[in-house]
Amino acid sequence: MTAALQLSDVKKTYGSLQALKGVSLDIAAGDFFGLLGPNGAGKSTLIGIIAGLLRKDAGQVTVMGHDTVTDYRLARRNLGVVPQELVYDPFFTVERMLRNQAGYFGCGRESWPWIDELIVALELADKRHATLRALSGGMKRRVLIAQALVHRPPVVILDEPTAGVDVELRRTLWRFTKRLHAEGHTIVLTTHYLEEAESLCRNIAILDRGQVVARESTAELLARHPFRFLNVKTGGSVLPDSLRPLQVGGQDGNWELRLDKTRDDMGAVLDTLNTQAGGIRDVATRDARLEDVFVEMTSAGAR
Amino acid sequence: MGTMNWVGLQTLFAKEVRRFMKVAGQTITSPVITALLYLVVFQQVLADRVQVYEGVSYVAFLIPGLIMMSATQNAFANSASSLTQSKINGNLVFILLPPLSPLEIFLAFTGAAIIRAGLVALVLYATGWFFTPLPLAQPVLVLAALVLSAGCLAVMGIIAGIMADKFEHMAAFQNYLIMPLSFLSGVFYSVQDLPPFWAAASHFNPFFYMIDGLRHGFFGQSDAPAVLSLSVVGAFFVLLSAVALTLLQRGTRLRG
Repeated sequence: MTAALQLSDVKKTYGSLQALKGVSLDIAAGDFFGLLGPNGAGKSTLIGIIAGLLRKDAGQVTVMGHDTVTDYRLARRNLGVVPQELVYDPFFTVERMLRNQAGYFGCGRESWPWIDELIVALELADKRHATLRALSGGMKRRVLIAQALVHRPPVVILDEPTAGVDVELRRTLWRFTKRLHAEGHTIVLTTHYLEEAESLCRNIAILDRGQVVARESTAELLARHPFRFLNVKTGGSVLPDSLRPLQVGGQDGNWELRLDKTRDDMGAVLDTLNTQAGGIRDVATRDARLEDVFVEMTSAGAR
Repeated sequence: MGTMNWVGLQTLFAKEVRRFMKVAGQTITSPVITALLYLVVFQQVLADRVQVYEGVSYVAFLIPGLIMMSATQNAFANSASSLTQSKINGNLVFILLPPLSPLEIFLAFTGAAIIRAGLVALVLYATGWFFTPLPLAQPVLVLAALVLSAGCLAVMGIIAGIMADKFEHMAAFQNYLIMPLSFLSGVFYSVQDLPPFWAAASHFNPFFYMIDGLRHGFFGQSDAPAVLSLSVVGAFFVLLSAVALTLLQRGTRLRG
């Protein structure tokens, strides 16, 4: 099966900064893929290179088997990119913008019914004849998504689509993105909202300082993290010395402890708290979240 | 899609035409009014003192020069401001993401700028009749001179738009290159009336051939032979196009 995206040893340098240090990544067709990383990890540079907005120094990138340089027309025809910035052309209406964008991709009037569908699906119907200048940030974001889809690309990259977006729009976006995925589109998502990535993405790559530091299924990535978190309220305000190595947060009787499932015994910890910390008043546990894995694997954890 | 993305080219061209037509007051009417003001002022001051060609009034002599100056300046402004504005707003990505080749982007921007230049020229020509009759001695030559000259400036506008990161850069191109070269090209006078050094220097200014070629089309007489004028302007267009296409191909300042 052709990979939706194939990157091999992609390098990019800005002056003395090596933004990408040889990134290799395969994303299967039909995947819902999360590309995560702290600010400055190289995500936007990587997306820019895939989209042809930036030139790489070395390596190869293909979209549905088409090289983004030597076969750029077909590579771009197969790709839809929702840019991170809220950019728009102030001169035109929503409908005109979308028709223009379809035209640039070589799609004529035959694409207009699909554009109408997009306008309805993204709840833009009453803004169809409004100029972009007059729209709110959320509405502009919807138009950007529609623009990326006018040519029905099999691969869609969403670069932080929910940054600064209200709850309602976020729900609309995810409902729509899930629909696209169900219809067979490959979705590549970058986001700083890790709970979104955890619930939506089937596979995840974590990029840090220009390198891929993890590339696994979401379940594998979470399972790799052997910790369980214990939030406990005690009668006393001093944590017993034997539990201090487990403390990751809290103070004065409200503690957050991180237990290694393979080493630390939950019963023993609770016993110690009961006998040496003035008794347990309240307790809650949770498994590791993607955020915990992310912090541990990236330079964000070291900051 | 074949070897050319014709639908893409046509869409980008139409979009660029729509862009300037949406602000026609600024892109068509305003330059026409400026040119007419020049005409009115110079007519009052010089009409009785200057006779350039036999049987051609000064006002009639002036109009083709003003037509060419306005047309070329607007051709430049069209592609330069569209590209610069898109770069600054960030919406240039909408034409960088699709499968548009450097040649298609080049042709769309150049074509739209030529259309704007043509409209400015047409309106000026029509209003020129209120001042003096303007017969067309060689209409094909008029058309060729206009299209080639507007093409040159449209392509210069593409180059400026690629190189400029802010409007100030574009204005520098306009104020320090386009304006002096067009003013010193014989819009308001015949270069034959200049001192020998400046008359000779004018022959190194491509804008001189643009205006002179257009005048030949109107009056059948000019300072330089029409074939020479068209050849120089044509060669200038080819040279500028090669530069612009190379920049677009390399993605200079467009694709980082």
